[in-house]
Amino acid sequence: MLTETLDIDVAAFEAGTGWEIKPEGACKGEVCVPLGGGDFDPVATAERLGMAIVRDEQRGLFALGPESFNGRALPTAEAPEVVLEDLAGREVRLSSFRGTKVVLVAWAPY
Amino acid sequence: MRSELRAEHGDTIEIITVSVETDGADASREFIEAAAPEHPSLLDRHHQLERRFGVVNIPNVVWSDEAGMVVRPAEAGWAGPAEYPEWLATIMEERAREAEAAGKDPMAALQAGQDRDTYADAIRDWAAKGPESEFALSPDAAVAASQPRGDDQSAAAAHFELGQQLWRDGDREGAFAHWRETHRLAPDAWTYKRQAWSLGGNEARGGGDFGRFVQFPGPDQDWPFDGDFNTDTGALAPGEYYPKTL
Repeated sequence: MLTETLDIDVAAFEAGTGWEIKPEGACKGEVCVPLGGGDFDPVATAERLGMAIVRDEQRGLFALGPESFNGRALPTAEAPEVVLEDLAGREVRLSSFRGTKVVLVAWAPY
Repeated sequence: MRSELRAEHGDTIEIITVSVETDGADASREFIEAAAPEHPSLLDRHHQLERRFGVVNIPNVVWSDEAGMVVRPAEAGWAGPAEYPEWLATIMEERAREAEAAGKDPMAALQAGQDRDTYADAIRDWAAKGPESEFALSPDAAVAASQPRGDDQSAAAAHFELGQQLWRDGDREGAFAHWRETHRLAPDAWTYKRQAWSLGGNEARGGGDFGRFVQFPGPDQDWPFDGDFNTDTGALAPGEYYPKTL
């Protein structure tokens, strides 16, 4: 996620990373990573989840990389929610295909 | 393949294609219209699929079941023959003929590894048998089979995202600097390489139909990246580009 500040509140962190902040920790699907309690600390949470924090000095812009704490791209087998667009610019949520098997094919014009 | 699957299994299975392309609809529309798919054809102009699913190349395929559980994580795969606009198919055929005449097989290293026909058969097997298919992984196995990711891969993705924002804002040098760092940190993340090379190559050639596929420096061109498609894929052993996972 991109952010101009590391003073990220819970709602922005959840929307940007897909991780929910709960009493038991940062959770995605059935996986919860304990955070040690206390007030939400976005930098400590990112570190706990193995999210790199990279700064563009000139722009004063930060990027939080994706989680890597378990050494794998997927922290859980539960498919992550991703909001994409169709050619007409309409939003399509991958979760809207629940109930069928899905074969997702990534391609690109390059 | 979609019509075949739907004919046999009705709406219990769907194929979704996603164009992982910074330039979104502008770059993807022609290809989608040429293929005229009956299935959902979506755009990922923010490159979310790499971060969320561990997509590292195209084509990459992810299977998920009715409950939304990933049963095969991102891997090289094909759900049918590629469909190209006529102009591109013509160029590709010409290049293949030239290579053949010169006694070369430039695609050999790229075509080793995952087997195209076997892959489609595996999809058919899963469509028919569901969780009983030998190709459907348990949740733990699916996580374990997803792409390796550590600090470097996470930082590479963060640099890529910053680069995309700078590119959109017109700061090409700033974008290229982040993408060079992405490529250094994650040399096996091919979508991050191919996307950057494509934007750089397309820009150098003033756009046009074929520019996005020219992912190497032209004569006398000041190429902004440390690698390029020909050099980087040329350094691979057969099977490393589309690793065999089936």
